[in-house]
Amino acid sequence: MNQTMNKVLMKGNEAIAQAAIHGGCRYFFGYPITPQNEIPEYMAREMPKVGGVFLQAESEVAAINMVYGAAGAGARVMTSSSSPGIALKQEGISYIVGSEVPCVIVNISRGGPGLGGIQPAQSDYYQSTRGGGNGDYNFIVFAPANIQEAADLTAEAFEIADYYRNPVMVLGDGMIGQMMEPVVFRDTPKRELQPKDWATTGTGGVRAPNIINSLHLQPADLEKHNEHLQAKFRLMRENEARSESYQTADAEFVFVAYGTSARIVRNVVDELRERGVKAGLIRPITLWPFPVVAFKELPDTVRGVMSVEMSCGQMVDDVRLALNGRFPVGFHGRSGGMVPSQQEIIEACLDMLKEVE
Amino acid sequence: MPVVFERTRGLTEKEFHFCPGCTHGVIHRLVAEVLEEMNELGNTVGVAPVGCSVLSYQYFNCDMHEAAHGRAPAMATGIKRVLPDRMVFAYQGDGDLASIGTAEIIHAAGRGEKITVIFVNNAIYGMTGGQMAPTTLAGQRTTTSPLGRDPRQVGFPLRVSEMLATIDGAAFIERTSVHDPAHIRKTKKAIRNAFECQKANQGFSMVEILSTCPTNWGMSPLESLDWVKETMMPYYPLGNFRRPEAVTVSGASGGGHA
Ligand SMILES: Cc1ncc(C[n+]2csc(CCOP(=O)(O)OP(=O)(O)O)c2C)c(N)n1
Repeated sequence: MNQTMNKVLMKGNEAIAQAAIHGGCRYFFGYPITPQNEIPEYMAREMPKVGGVFLQAESEVAAINMVYGAAGAGARVMTSSSSPGIALKQEGISYIVGSEVPCVIVNISRGGPGLGGIQPAQSDYYQSTRGGGNGDYNFIVFAPANIQEAADLTAEAFEIADYYRNPVMVLGDGMIGQMMEPVVFRDTPKRELQPKDWATTGTGGVRAPNIINSLHLQPADLEKHNEHLQAKFRLMRENEARSESYQTADAEFVFVAYGTSARIVRNVVDELRERGVKAGLIRPITLWPFPVVAFKELPDTVRGVMSVEMSCGQMVDDVRLALNGRFPVGFHGRSGGMVPSQQEIIEACLDMLKEVE
Repeated sequence: MPVVFERTRGLTEKEFHFCPGCTHGVIHRLVAEVLEEMNELGNTVGVAPVGCSVLSYQYFNCDMHEAAHGRAPAMATGIKRVLPDRMVFAYQGDGDLASIGTAEIIHAAGRGEKITVIFVNNAIYGMTGGQMAPTTLAGQRTTTSPLGRDPRQVGFPLRVSEMLATIDGAAFIERTSVHDPAHIRKTKKAIRNAFECQKANQGFSMVEILSTCPTNWGMSPLESLDWVKETMMPYYPLGNFRRPEAVTVSGASGGGHA
């Protein structure tokens, strides 16, 4: 396949939708909310062409429970929304993890709290990585920084969700969702997947009933179930953390940024290097599991680490945990849909370097 | 010896946990018998609610899902969209369906979702210990309406079947009761008709069944049966509220038209 031949210019949201179909998704349930509307609109147009189903639900609550049902019935299924809608899905996500069914959830996030705004923001980091629903649970959260990566990760998310029988989230922001970049729908890395013999497709009179359930009334049973889930989460921590380290080998100052803010910080690193400051960047690609290994690998030349976020300071907690006191940690953030400028990040870096002197 | 009565294959061997005099067990049995008689057990996926029937996924002898409180119709929608040739049903209480899950049931009906809903109306929240339900009658005492439900303060009990019958996507809506053997037989017919409706792809189907809760009503099982007849039925009239012209499989199942 000549990949350049198939390169298309696409809006992030549409690329994510197409990547989902490319990744085998055939069922989509969602509810309109800006800035992700192109995803359900694309699905409404394209799903029927591949024999799939698009259904606009009456709410995000209903949408995630339709996903829960479809996933339990063995389908590759997805929902997408934006921050306030993802808040409404938390109940369903908790049940889905508890029942061990796979699905993909896309959050093209916007500023909050409350109705907030519709401009790009990264203030759903806690909501995504800490689990907004009840109980001890985790799921993999991908944070693409460009459209190609958004497409690749979305398609792969279905493989990974099936592999672990656990939801996978793709977290973008309005910038990732709305901007256009060239994208190629290339082959998705495959996992060795077991047949979905747990799915509720009807017993056909030949097997015992399958039950999709998160209820365990006996404390000892529930604890055992939790230990089983934790063992899966441990495997994910060990095997699924991803990040990109840029110019960190000799760095004296390291930024940590994901998604849209990582694009800006990458330019900041280049500019600082031109000015003689040895800057570097760790870009988490998975927010959960947090890529702690990249932090362990940092050289002793580092004098300060700074988390740059389009939030009031959320990922910075994980940066501190990953470094465990090894280097001073700073934070620079903008919120509400404001995007930090290269200049202000450079100033924040120089200020911090002075401070840690 | 000839067999005159036996356990339906539609139920598992698991013992019911229901209180003495509760009619959830009767209704479970009716649903199970209908699915068995239609030879659909191996082709059915059911959805259990949150409520006293939360464990029904252990009782029905078919594939089952356990939904979040009120979300059974959405979950059933997801299942049915993936498996359009399977029978999909949701079993729900009145708190589950008519309070926290009102949006899900109305829109499942609105879409004409080809699922069957078994709606057990016992005028109270059984599982959580007898709190007021949206279907609790005016004057009825519950733990959260200790002086009796005062409609001027907390509103009027909802007649769900009448409400859903206004929706064009609803193909079959009937209210029945299980307070005596004659009505139990009628209920079974209604359940059969609802599933036949689904099988014929005619749209959304629901049977609302007036049911007892002796424990939380503070009555004996016999008093409870009388209470259904004398107190519930006048406010919740039995009958068919909607049926497609084409479905007459088991003949007329309900009483008069409301
Ligand atoms: C989100 C949520 N809210 C509340 C509850 C607690 N709860 C469990 S069952 C129930 C009411 C059940 O009443 P009903 O649906 O009438 O069924 P019944 O028990 O009477 O059969 C409630 C409020 C819950 N499990 N989940």
